[in-house]
Amino acid sequence: MENGAALSIQGLSKEYTRGRPVLHNISLEFAGRGFTAIIGPSGTGKSTLIRCINRLVEPTAGAIVFQGRDLVTLSGRALREVRRQIGMVFQEYNLVERLTVMENLLTGRLGYVAPLKAWLRKFPQSDIDEAFDLLEVVGLSNFANQRADNLSGGQRQRVGIARAVMQHPKLLLADEPTSSLDPKTSVEIMTLIRELGTAKNIPIIVNMHDVELAKRFADRIVGMSGGAVVYDGAPAGLTDGHLKSIYGGEDWLR
Amino acid sequence: MVTIASADRIAFKPNWWARAGWIALAVYIVYACSLLDFTWTRFMVGLDNGARFIGRMFPPNFSRWEILTKGLAESLEIAVLASALGILVSLPIGLLASRNLMPAWVTWPARMFIALCRSFHPVIVAIVFVKAIGFGALSGIAALTVASIGFIGKLFAEAIEEISLKQVEAVRATGASFMNVITYGVLPQVFGRFIGFGTYQLDSNLRNSTMVGIVGAGGIGGALFAAFQRFDYDFVCAMLLAIIFLIFVGEVIATRVRAIFLERGKVDEE
Repeated sequence: MENGAALSIQGLSKEYTRGRPVLHNISLEFAGRGFTAIIGPSGTGKSTLIRCINRLVEPTAGAIVFQGRDLVTLSGRALREVRRQIGMVFQEYNLVERLTVMENLLTGRLGYVAPLKAWLRKFPQSDIDEAFDLLEVVGLSNFANQRADNLSGGQRQRVGIARAVMQHPKLLLADEPTSSLDPKTSVEIMTLIRELGTAKNIPIIVNMHDVELAKRFADRIVGMSGGAVVYDGAPAGLTDGHLKSIYGGEDWLR
Repeated sequence: MVTIASADRIAFKPNWWARAGWIALAVYIVYACSLLDFTWTRFMVGLDNGARFIGRMFPPNFSRWEILTKGLAESLEIAVLASALGILVSLPIGLLASRNLMPAWVTWPARMFIALCRSFHPVIVAIVFVKAIGFGALSGIAALTVASIGFIGKLFAEAIEEISLKQVEAVRATGASFMNVITYGVLPQVFGRFIGFGTYQLDSNLRNSTMVGIVGAGGIGGALFAAFQRFDYDFVCAMLLAIIFLIFVGEVIATRVRAIFLERGKVDEE
């Protein structure tokens, strides 16, 4: 983009059923680095927004410009090539349960490996070395050959993050990555996401509904309500008034 | 509090359609019995004959063991080849027929094909193949392959329709090609059940391969049928024992295969 944004969302709308938009004309710009938290109540379209970025969900209208290309117009091979550049971490981890931790990590390289080689598990040695290094970083060195369904929630999410990082992404998306985890593990996972983002120098966009967690980790907060952006700025600028307009009501603010 | 009028307080509402159905079924059973001479007297008359038949079966006669082993080996070959071919064809057909991964214009033809393969009993399909491509094992293999596709193609499709799409979504999000999504996102989720269906089909084909010979499609069935017609009941008995042995060995092999591939123990039985 001419203004140097890594990702630019322009006039994005999404309707699952005609006439009932989930996202209303959203426009957001993301710089080449930094941790952005998208907060808002359940069902306000946060997940839809993030899934529109890597086209797991088809936008109804608008443009999503990433690396100078409008993702909304892409399909087939071109779309897959862009997806490889975008790592994604999921709320329920979405690991392939019956594959080992190592196989799950190498899933992040599938975009670069031919089907027969992938079938035979013939990944380049450099990918395998990197996977072992990453397992050390996320603290799961001894789990390479464990099946994913043997892991705890926190361990699974670490594998999920490592899988996304294996893609060498230019952008990291995370959809409620800690909503299924306890508070302590949540902080550990957020710290890991933030550290990896900083180390790889890539922008991070995380959906979450926990305001305190968002304030603690984010450089920028986007507040959504009813499918529209109602706050966009620094965590420090987020007032009770904003929270009221994002989540509605005020009793919960004490 | 809303009170319900006592006339409306019916805890168990009678289902008159179900009751009528049960009565109709009972009436039909009595009618069919009377029509087919399905009576105790008829059974007792038959028993006499049965005693003579069983008497002539023993001791079993293994003197013509060459015919027996040749037939048995051919049955085994038919079963293994038909299972292998059937599974090989069922994999893509099952995938094409799964409604969660494929658009309707792909699943419909695939489902029609599977339904067509399921329509007829293997023996009828075997007769068709014997008429079309001649006597012999090839017809048996073809018939049981069709039966295998009809059976496990459908089971494969159903297994794929029950997978977690979240796992598939994650693999798709990495930018993997379609084939890689299948290998890493779909196959691991269904592999165990596929092994179960495959070994079950081998078991089923072993049984059926001893039967298609009756209509000339190869295997031990031909010799068995001939022995029946010549009243060589002692040889019949020898062949029946051999078939039991074959089925038993097949069962043992199937169990071993499942144990090797499914470290998590049992396959969920269908």
